Amino acid sequence: MTEMTSRIEAQPSPKVSDEIRKTTCYMCACRCGINVHMQDGKVKYIEGNRDHPVNKGVLCAKGSAGIMQHYSPARLRAPLKRVGPRGSGEFEEISWEEAYEIAVSWLKPIRETDPKKLAFFTGRDQSQSFTSFWAQAYGTPNYAAHGGFCSVNMAAAGIYTMGGAFWEFGQPDWDRTRLIMIFGVAEDHDSNPIKAGIGKLKGRGGKVIGVNPIRSGYNAVADEWIGITPGTDGLFILSLIHELMRAGKVDAGYLARYTNAGFLLDEDGLFLRNEEGVPLVVDRATGDAVRFDTPGALPDLTNGLERQGKTYRTVMQAMAEAFLDPQYAPEAVADRCGITPERIRATAAELARVAFEEEIVLDQPWTDWKGQRHETMVGRPVSFHAMRGISAHSNGFQTCRALHILQILLGSVEVPGGFRFKPPYPKPPEAHPKPNAVGRPGQPLAGPHLGFPMGPEDLQICENGLPLRIDKAFTWENPFSVHGLMHMVISNAHAGDPYKIDTLFMYMANMAWNSSMNTSEVMKMLTDRDENGEYVIPHILYSDAYSSEMVAFADLILPDTTYLERHDCISLLDRPICEAEAAADAIRWPVQEPDRDVKGFQSALVDLGARLGLPGFVNEDGSQKYADYADYMVRHERRPGIGPLAGWRGEDGESEGRGAPNPNQLQRYIENGGFWIGHIPEEAQFYKPWNQGYQDWAVKIGLFDKPLPYVFNLYVEPLRKLQRAAEGHGACQPPEHLRDRVKATCTPLPVWYEPFEEAAVDKAEYPIHALTQRPMHMYHSWGSQNAWLRQITNVNRLYIPGGIWEAEGFEDGDWAEVTSPHGRIKVPVARMDALNAETIWTWNAIGKRRGAWALDEAAPEAEKGFLLNHLIHELLPPKGDGRRWANSDPITGQAAWFDLRVKIRRVPPDGPSEPAHEAQASPVGRGPADVAYGEGFK
Amino acid sequence: MHPAPSVIVFTALSGLGFGLLTWLGLGQPDVLGWAAFGMYFLAYALAVGGLLASAFHLGNPKNAPRAFSQWRTSWLSREAVISVAALLTVAPFAFGRIFLGGAPGWLGLLGAVLCLATVFSTSMIYTQLKTVPRWSQPLTPVLFVAYALAGGALLAGQSTAAGVLLVLLGGTQLAAWHIGDGRFAASGATLETATGLGAIGRVRLLEPPHSGGNYLLREMAFDVGRKHAAKLRVVGLVLAVVLPLLIVLLAPNNLVAIGLAVLLHLTGVFAARWLFFAEAQHVVSLYYGK
Amino acid sequence: MTALPTKTDRKLGLVIDLDTCVGCHACVINCKEWNTSNYGVPLSDSDAYGAAPEGTFLNRVHSYEVTPEAGPAQAVHFPKSCLHCDDAPCVTVCPTGASYKRGEDGIVLVDESACMGCGLCAWACPYGARELDALAGVMKKCTLCVDRIYNQNLPEEDREPACVRTCPAGARHFGDLGDPESDVSRLVAARGGVDLMPEMGTRPVNKYLPPRVKDRMTQEAEPLPSRTDGPSGFLKWLDSALEAL
Ligand SMILES: Nc1nc2c(c(=O)[nH]1)N[C@H]1C(S)=C(S)[C@@H](COP(=O)(O)OP(=O)(O)OC[C@H]3O[C@@H](n4cnc5c(=O)[nH]c(N)nc54)[C@H](O)[C@@H]3O)O[C@H]1N2
Ligand SMILES: Nc1nc2c(c(=O)[nH]1)N[C@H]1C(S)=C(S)[C@@H](COP(=O)(O)OP(=O)(O)OC[C@H]3O[C@@H](n4cnc5c(=O)[nH]c(N)nc54)[C@H](O)[C@@H]3O)O[C@H]1N2
Ligand code: SF4
Ligand code: SF4
Ligand code: SF4
Ligand code: SF4
Ligand code: SF4
Ligand SMILES: [Mo]
Repeated sequence: MTEMTSRIEAQPSPKVSDEIRKTTCYMCACRCGINVHMQDGKVKYIEGNRDHPVNKGVLCAKGSAGIMQHYSPARLRAPLKRVGPRGSGEFEEISWEEAYEIAVSWLKPIRETDPKKLAFFTGRDQSQSFTSFWAQAYGTPNYAAHGGFCSVNMAAAGIYTMGGAFWEFGQPDWDRTRLIMIFGVAEDHDSNPIKAGIGKLKGRGGKVIGVNPIRSGYNAVADEWIGITPGTDGLFILSLIHELMRAGKVDAGYLARYTNAGFLLDEDGLFLRNEEGVPLVVDRATGDAVRFDTPGALPDLTNGLERQGKTYRTVMQAMAEAFLDPQYAPEAVADRCGITPERIRATAAELARVAFEEEIVLDQPWTDWKGQRHETMVGRPVSFHAMRGISAHSNGFQTCRALHILQILLGSVEVPGGFRFKPPYPKPPEAHPKPNAVGRPGQPLAGPHLGFPMGPEDLQICENGLPLRIDKAFTWENPFSVHGLMHMVISNAHAGDPYKIDTLFMYMANMAWNSSMNTSEVMKMLTDRDENGEYVIPHILYSDAYSSEMVAFADLILPDTTYLERHDCISLLDRPICEAEAAADAIRWPVQEPDRDVKGFQSALVDLGARLGLPGFVNEDGSQKYADYADYMVRHERRPGIGPLAGWRGEDGESEGRGAPNPNQLQRYIENGGFWIGHIPEEAQFYKPWNQGYQDWAVKIGLFDKPLPYVFNLYVEPLRKLQRAAEGHGACQPPEHLRDRVKATCTPLPVWYEPFEEAAVDKAEYPIHALTQRPMHMYHSWGSQNAWLRQITNVNRLYIPGGIWEAEGFEDGDWAEVTSPHGRIKVPVARMDALNAETIWTWNAIGKRRGAWALDEAAPEAEKGFLLNHLIHELLPPKGDGRRWANSDPITGQAAWFDLRVKIRRVPPDGPSEPAHEAQASPVGRGPADVAYGEGFK
Repeated sequence: MHPAPSVIVFTALSGLGFGLLTWLGLGQPDVLGWAAFGMYFLAYALAVGGLLASAFHLGNPKNAPRAFSQWRTSWLSREAVISVAALLTVAPFAFGRIFLGGAPGWLGLLGAVLCLATVFSTSMIYTQLKTVPRWSQPLTPVLFVAYALAGGALLAGQSTAAGVLLVLLGGTQLAAWHIGDGRFAASGATLETATGLGAIGRVRLLEPPHSGGNYLLREMAFDVGRKHAAKLRVVGLVLAVVLPLLIVLLAPNNLVAIGLAVLLHLTGVFAARWLFFAEAQHVVSLYYGK
Repeated sequence: MTALPTKTDRKLGLVIDLDTCVGCHACVINCKEWNTSNYGVPLSDSDAYGAAPEGTFLNRVHSYEVTPEAGPAQAVHFPKSCLHCDDAPCVTVCPTGASYKRGEDGIVLVDESACMGCGLCAWACPYGARELDALAGVMKKCTLCVDRIYNQNLPEEDREPACVRTCPAGARHFGDLGDPESDVSRLVAARGGVDLMPEMGTRPVNKYLPPRVKDRMTQEAEPLPSRTDGPSGFLKWLDSALEAL
């Protein structure tokens, strides 16, 4: 027989590529480092960058599919001017010059007369410090990113409670933790680090407890699955707190030293303060009331103070009274939460066991803010993580608060094995700016739009009681809406409530589709005309990189590049890529030049800023200040010596954090793999809020200008101030109809209350909870244009638990009609038993509008894919009081996506899924039939 | 398994063709000259046509010649080699019969053996597949050979032999179906063994790896309804065995009757062969919850 | 020749940890990405943006639900690629000799320049590890990244399969399963690694680590004893705890 001659050699060493270009992934907001292999000038292979602090070499499915995104047929090619009616998708390509002229013709007049007529909202972009700088210079109060509908409950509760939350703000100590409890996380932004962390923890024999109505993904690998009933986590957590307190399993020393547990409360529930306004505690040694930060003083937590006939309780006394109440006993909450009392007790016992019996001690001396030196660092290897499962409910803020309190009671925040902040966090609420919403014609805004109100006086309401912002942020409806309320912008603008706007300017947000609640209605609002036949929202300006659903609704499109074609800046001023042990920031740079007439959106904003003459964007002589975004990244200074990028500053490029702009800065980043990292000194790795070493280091690299030590807020006094206003105190009080709600929900210690929608609907008629989850391999709507990713999931089915499945007589291949108080959808179904018995769910954002994303109109995404969003409303069902209340958290305004209640019915199995929208025209044509990527490299 | 037309045509026609060649090699019927030409032409057309049809199944036919190389291990390769050997051996015998008025009997015998070996090799391609438990049973080769011999006998006008063989074929086919029905369960393969998760409990597919189809599903996860299959079995058996048998037994032995019997038989063979594939369940379908 | 080697010098393969795999599909896509532009013809996608997109993948992740006798149902994400079987039936059935198992390391490969695309090897494989590429018409399968693991053009630390290098959870391990002292062999021994469908007699090299026992906390954790009685009891306890500091 003849041997086959063509067989490869035993140890083949083919050439991999011509060159590796290192940049930052943007297939999601995790921002991993990537090595882009280039061959013949084309992207050949993308792998994770092993040196990168975020992903340390690994890469998720989306990241690996970046090639297909980068070469997607849905990429926009040039600026587009609408020629058909809104929503049709009919456009003509125009030049950038024409596009800028049109944009300026809208934006310039309103800036000079009434800048709030511009509403500028951005999606999940990573340049908020830049876009908000632009919006501030423009002068409109109407700016925010998407956080208000995403996870502001988590962020706000974390910052008000302990100066930082999960995700970008912090992470478990993955190297040391032995038990992690994960609440309501399907994927999260920290995608790769969480997976790597779970892998590491399991490798050490550690344990994962998943709390989630659905057992997939992280919950599938969890050693213990707690299939909680949606919306009841707050109750469950308070019951755990009840159990731990009952058993004396809290870290007394930690509470005394690092929290406001010993702060004294007057009869109004406000802190007893000295003349300088500093809260007081009772010193255990002397019994005197002293400043809480007095060196050497250990606060008395249990006795309070009698002074001039007045009684002052400690915060801890108030907590004991609140949480040891029998209403939080496991038996009392079990049915409601869908968890047995035994399971609740066992969970509390396990947390206590690991926290207190598996204590770890690092031989690492450190000095605290009061000057006391400690020889070791004591750790409690219990950690927590949570995301939208607890935050996207109307009781989410308080639930997130409860979870932070649980962590703090166990003494497991900022200690080895526990939860650790990532710079620039910790940063307490007082250290954040206050909101600003007073716009003046032709003038920039006085300060940043978003901030942290510390009481009623910081709300943004004008004299007549009307909201200053189009989204009604910072009003009594949602006083601590620190991320704004992007989900209310279109419906408020459409209703002219609180006022009409002229131009809606959006960036990277599919607001005509999966980003909106009540999607079909939102599409109508965007296309609605007034009595003169003019669009109710007169101008819509939008930047997208792809032919999304939202594109069809804009009048003018500024086409962005792909992430491999532009400069981006992931900055310490914004949401950097820091890890718990280091500060870090990163850039993107064009590893390939665009082959279309497109421009990085930030560069387009730089141009527009100059054409509008915005301060900060023009030189004194009126000429354009920055050539493009790359130029801004290098030369812009927010405070003297502090710019968007912290690495290689100073003329010689040798400074970190602070220093003059360095013209070679971007080159240095590129040489270093696209990122900069500055390690926190060893003695400053833990106890950051109280660690002198950390505070000094943070000042040195410019995170803040003076040390900012603080204690955790078990008790949030600003919330109490809101309540007091509702009780009738002070100059700024809520309107009558909101008083009771503010009193009941803005409690300074966490409470649980029934989610609003649940309370408003007939539970017998709508007995089922309906949820969505993010698929790990898809990023919202972007994934469907990706030839590889869409093969994994191009149809989403509604998963139904066995009990309901059998009761309704469902069979494989069936379809169902699902109805909520707001709408009706028809969708394919499937069975799942590893699921809370009252919950149904589906993958998020798989359904697509026909004609979008350069897909065939018969694409399965449109035929069988669907959005749950049609069932979710931005308002609660009418209560009969003549008002429509927002379907949001009453404190932060966070959209309550997961409060949805539905009923379900079997229907004949037959598509398409409903509602079936008519097709939009594709401004980019259709993708090719066959793809054989890699052919070019053979 | 996907009942691909090319493979059904290939196995059915080439089986019949090699069956006829077997009979011709044995000198039954003892034809010469033009009559021989007609019969050999038919036999070659069926055998070669079948083999050519199989080439349509190939993704990359330009490498087909390499299929002769692996006869030591591969039944498909053996089939290729033996079929060519059979066709080449029968060719001079046929030449003698057609043009020279005769040919050595041993050559015909050798050809006949090779023809049957070809059919046997074809059958072994399926029989060897443990992954398709229905096929992986001793009756599969018997069945293929029985089809070839019975069909060949019919074509060759060997009424008595055909009658006997059809009865045998019917029996074998019934037995093969019966045994085949229990083979998957007997193989021991379940979703629990396939995933190694049986120690935890009962396993069910929750989500397939991809929303759409793929090569494996198209090739190996064909689903045929049980009722439909039962009906087709009856049709196949009646057409391939019962009716031809009745014709052979009752009808006068003429060309029309033979032609009709052959036609019915062939239709039956197609139905049975379609079922042979369609009913065969590949163990990989377990992974897809089929 | 498509005969199997009687013995291979090494048995390179993968160990997949079902206790850790979160079902993220990273390995699926990175495998596609590496293999579409490296060994052999590209892994094509038909009707890529159409109504029935379908392409070639060398590794796919299924999700299963497992229901124990007692306790809640579990979900298991289950990646599957070629298991590089010792008794690989896909090799012996191949008529062209295109399929072969290497004597030096046990990797099962397809020589695409010899393959005629008959599909028989895919039929012979119990695991669905081989897919005929619709555009190229040749058989594709996991190569164990033979063009990475020895590749002198890659840094040493990168000489591992693409799917292993990319797996965020660290659920995939690569090594010599013929060497009982190797990390992977120890892992298999420690965690009770199993063969898939042993009844098929293929003797797979790749092993699967089954999920650990789940949902036992209620049985194992001792409930906390009550130390305190209502708020005042708790505060008393707290006071003494602070005293002890
Ligand atoms: N791959 C991928 N990654 C992403 C994204 C993406 O689209 N794809 N999107 C990014 C964005 S913008 C965001 S905001 C994050 C969100 O990250 P996640 O918060 O992980 O996002 P969701 O998928 O909304 O997950 C919510 C989870 O909460 C559970 N849940 C719902 N209600 C409850 C409840 O009442 N209690 C408990 N305990 N659980 C509940 C759901 O079952 C689900 O598992 O992900 C980011 N990362
Ligand atoms: N039912 C339900 N709905 C939800 C959620 C849920 O859990 N359940 N989650 C909500 C949450 S948290 C979020 S964050 C939203 C997310 O929803 P969206 O904000 O709609 O997110 P995407 O679909 O990612 O859309 C962003 C847009 O950005 C465009 N884009 C992508 N890359 C670029 C680029 O480089 N430049 C520019 N200019 N544009 C680009 C995309 O083409 C797309 O049109 O969905 C919300 N909707
Ligand atoms: S998690 Fe994935 S998509 Fe997101 S940045 Fe990292 S590699 Fe890219
Ligand atoms: S990459 Fe790892 S965790 Fe993700 S599916 Fe593959 S094996 Fe599982
Ligand atoms: S898994 Fe399948 S393809 Fe791989 S060696 Fe085993 S039988 Fe062959
Ligand atoms: S498809 Fe190719 S590798 Fe597979 S058996 Fe046929 S010739 Fe061999
Ligand atoms: S070893 Fe290589 S070819 Fe095999 S599954 Fe992993 S990445 Fe794919
Ligand atoms: Mo989000």
